[in-house]
Amino acid sequence: MSNDREKQKTVRLRINSQVIDVPEGRTILEAAKEIGIYIPALCNHPMISQSGACRVCIVEVNGTPVTSCTTLVEKDMEVITNSPYIEDLRRDTIDLILSDHPYDCMVCQKTGECELQELAYSYNIRKPLFSGERRIYDKKDGNRFIERDMEKCILCGRCVKICDEVQGVGAIDFAYKGFGTKVCPPFERDLDCEFCGQCVMACPTGALVGRDWIGKGRYWKIREVDTTCSYCGVGCSITLHVKNNEIIRVSSRPDSVVNKGLLCVKGRFGYGFISSPDRLKQPLIRKDGRLKAASWEEALDFAADKLKKIKEAHGPDAITGLSSARCTTEENYLFQKFMRAAVGTNNVDHCARL
Amino acid sequence: MIEQQTVTIKVCLGTAGRASGGADVLSIFQKLIQLNGIEAQIDKKCSYTKVGCRGFCSKDVLVDVIINDQKVTYQSVKPTMVEKIVTEHILKGEPVADWLTKEDYESFQTKQHKIVLGPCGEIDPESIDDYLGMKGYRAAEKAISKMRRDEVIKKVIQSGLRGRGGSGFSTGTKWEICKSQADSTKYIICNVGEVNRPLAEGNPHAIIEGLLIGGYAIGSEKGFIYIRERYHLSVERLRLAITQAKDKGFIGRNIFGTDFCFDIEFSFGTEAFICGEETALMESIEGKRAMPRVRPPFPVQKGLWGKPTVINNAETFSNIPLIIGKGARWFSSIGTKESTGTKVFTLSGKVKNVGLVEIPMGMPFRDIVYGIGGGMESGVALKAVQVGGPSGGLIPASMLDMGLDYENLSKLGSIVGSGGMVVFNEDDCIVSITKFFMEFLQRESCGKCPPCRIGTKRMLELLTKITEGRAEYNDLATLERLSGLMKTSSLCGLGRTASNPFITGLNHFRDEYLAHVREKKCPAGVCTALITFSIVEDRCKGCTLCKKVCPAGAVSGEVKKPHRIDAAACIKCGACFKACKFKAIKKQ
Ligand SMILES: Cc1cc2nc3c(=O)[nH]c(=O)nc-3n(C[C@H](O)[C@H](O)[C@H](O)COP(=O)(O)O)c2cc1C
Repeated sequence: MSNDREKQKTVRLRINSQVIDVPEGRTILEAAKEIGIYIPALCNHPMISQSGACRVCIVEVNGTPVTSCTTLVEKDMEVITNSPYIEDLRRDTIDLILSDHPYDCMVCQKTGECELQELAYSYNIRKPLFSGERRIYDKKDGNRFIERDMEKCILCGRCVKICDEVQGVGAIDFAYKGFGTKVCPPFERDLDCEFCGQCVMACPTGALVGRDWIGKGRYWKIREVDTTCSYCGVGCSITLHVKNNEIIRVSSRPDSVVNKGLLCVKGRFGYGFISSPDRLKQPLIRKDGRLKAASWEEALDFAADKLKKIKEAHGPDAITGLSSARCTTEENYLFQKFMRAAVGTNNVDHCARL
Repeated sequence: MIEQQTVTIKVCLGTAGRASGGADVLSIFQKLIQLNGIEAQIDKKCSYTKVGCRGFCSKDVLVDVIINDQKVTYQSVKPTMVEKIVTEHILKGEPVADWLTKEDYESFQTKQHKIVLGPCGEIDPESIDDYLGMKGYRAAEKAISKMRRDEVIKKVIQSGLRGRGGSGFSTGTKWEICKSQADSTKYIICNVGEVNRPLAEGNPHAIIEGLLIGGYAIGSEKGFIYIRERYHLSVERLRLAITQAKDKGFIGRNIFGTDFCFDIEFSFGTEAFICGEETALMESIEGKRAMPRVRPPFPVQKGLWGKPTVINNAETFSNIPLIIGKGARWFSSIGTKESTGTKVFTLSGKVKNVGLVEIPMGMPFRDIVYGIGGGMESGVALKAVQVGGPSGGLIPASMLDMGLDYENLSKLGSIVGSGGMVVFNEDDCIVSITKFFMEFLQRESCGKCPPCRIGTKRMLELLTKITEGRAEYNDLATLERLSGLMKTSSLCGLGRTASNPFITGLNHFRDEYLAHVREKKCPAGVCTALITFSIVEDRCKGCTLCKKVCPAGAVSGEVKKPHRIDAAACIKCGACFKACKFKAIKKQ
């Protein structure tokens, strides 16, 4: 890795009078981050192409304001990220965004982890200077998983891009123009997609949140437990958000090795079963037409006995085994071994093959 | 026997000509001449040409009747007038004097300098032979078969030609940068805007030829014409021109026997102002929503589908065959040192002659308004000229002696923009004008960046507040601050220029803004919330006319006695003010 680095051409530039050498092809935003200089940005996201839409990450390059998320480093660049001139422009852009925002942080699910709230806080914009009409949308999206509050949408475009560029689905896009521009599914129908929730993950504000999260607890009130998703053999890293011993939300860390923070609908939203009263917690055996609780010993003996009887009466090929993608590779290996060696049949298959 | 005569009839069939019934006029000419057996009877050879726009659309249908090189032009010709023109003029040789164009048409036409618009109104835009007859495609032939690519570019640079689509960037330099890009696939796009329609309708081959030469110069084999689908006639004539050029081998493979191949494709835009912005336009060609991209990279580096792309305005392309054909020096002798050539504008507003005009760069505004435009309509003094479309700056009467070129416009806080030129008089309110343009711009913002999407909306709200008398002094400062933000922080030209009318308006007409804000008065008497109508008793003759015209029943009074206006019922439509013959109604 370090060898690669050395081979890469670097350019020397100055950021806030700090001289640094950065590999060619980096953006100013990335270069600044590396040396611990924070530049706020609302549309920038590491997984998607840069659009330069939000205008918050502007910096001065040799005196001219440019967006740092789209401008590549060049030799001898003089970058200033925090001059009063730039800070004023940035403040005013944030102010404009806030002037069209509900300002209901007290009840917003996103409070505490909202990027816009963070900027309002650090620029101390208690009441926007540029006040005026705000978008009001009465119709709400009726889908099962994702609460879409488009009044809170700042049109940064992250959701549109992650859906298109990362997930390859393209369920949403910009519609209308001017002040009424809005991100929505075609013809403003209810969202009807894979519900992977990548958009929810990428959203900087409370415009997109999990429907089941609402009212269950905010970010700083929870305990985070890192674990592995048990839905399938991919084994995505997930983080359970636990409050009062209840799982109220699932997320994934952007640096997770297997899945880089991405999840599917089951991993992200399918956690309801964990504390469901209907959840199967012990084996059941049907006796006289009714399911009755049994011990593992009893249940396994019962199954083994039945399998044996079938094999004796009809031969091993009368039995087939179907394994599950929720098992690990090792478990699947053991299962086929069991079917072949213990049962004596090649009738073994797996749900992921269907 | 009389000597054989040739009769040519040219009927304007541009969009306005067609709308005024030009097609009927033409067919009646043909029918009457054939019916009367005129050709045989007096041995005249008749030909008919449908021509493009001459710019003086208010007098359409315009018809030239040319007998043995003697040309006269009839104006406002209706189908019913044709018979008289045929019998008196063509048969008896006596033009119908009353129907001929007047001095206004002469001054409108002669004070212009038509180089790209010249052939419009002369040749048949649907005939490639007409174009070839005026040395059409000779420039392309010369460029492609006799000149190297860099020689073509050099010539365009030497001519000083700058983009006619708004930014005024050197066309030759743009081509040079694009040509120098390593990628072997390159594209060239012709951006056909609203103001280019008469060119596309009147002389489409010039645009095609310019595009062809451009394609050759930068090393592109693929050109696109981007145009709104709604510009039906432009599309139709450009399409026909391409087909004709293909038939002649000017477009296609091995053009003029060289190894240069070039093809042209249409791409259609929808009803959005932003579709004309070059990067949004490329998104649109790629099948995406037209939202501008950040620059850099510039289109010449990474444009359509990521390939180096030149994009020029249709008028820019129309100049190219002239530059190659007549020479860079000829071209740069027109206009000023830094702004060479001519520029087409749509002259409109409170001038006598409105229409499409082509002026040499550097012509003083005064000459445009009072020369070509024939002066102010209805005698009310000029207040401001707005150049460059909705985001152009307002130029006050005191600066009319400045020449119209890129440098001066930029100094005046304006742009060439879409080539609009609107003349306002003292009856127009600067704040209302500005609000009107802002209304358009905020509606047309693509919504991508907050400074434009929300900034234009906030500006409109504040301007509305001013016109309604609800504004405070602070609001002007807020507007200025917003303007500054939008100018520097917006993503594309729409947001960056949207505040031009406000900034220039405030600079030159500060008193008018202050009157609205501080005294809650509209000096021009336009902002209805700020005006009241009342009757001056000793002037009122009691004629009752105001009472009759009032749609709100707000006027009361008996015959021959002074009337009264009920301020609460008055809807401030101004009907009484206009109707009163005794100047008895006061507008405050
Ligand atoms: C909002 C907006 C609308 C525009 N509309 C047009 C247009 O209709 N036609 C055009 O040629 N250029 C238009 N432009 C300018 C183009 O972006 C581009 O600069 C031009 O086509 C380049 O051609 P030129 O160098 O020949 O002028 C527009 C720019 C903006 C910001």
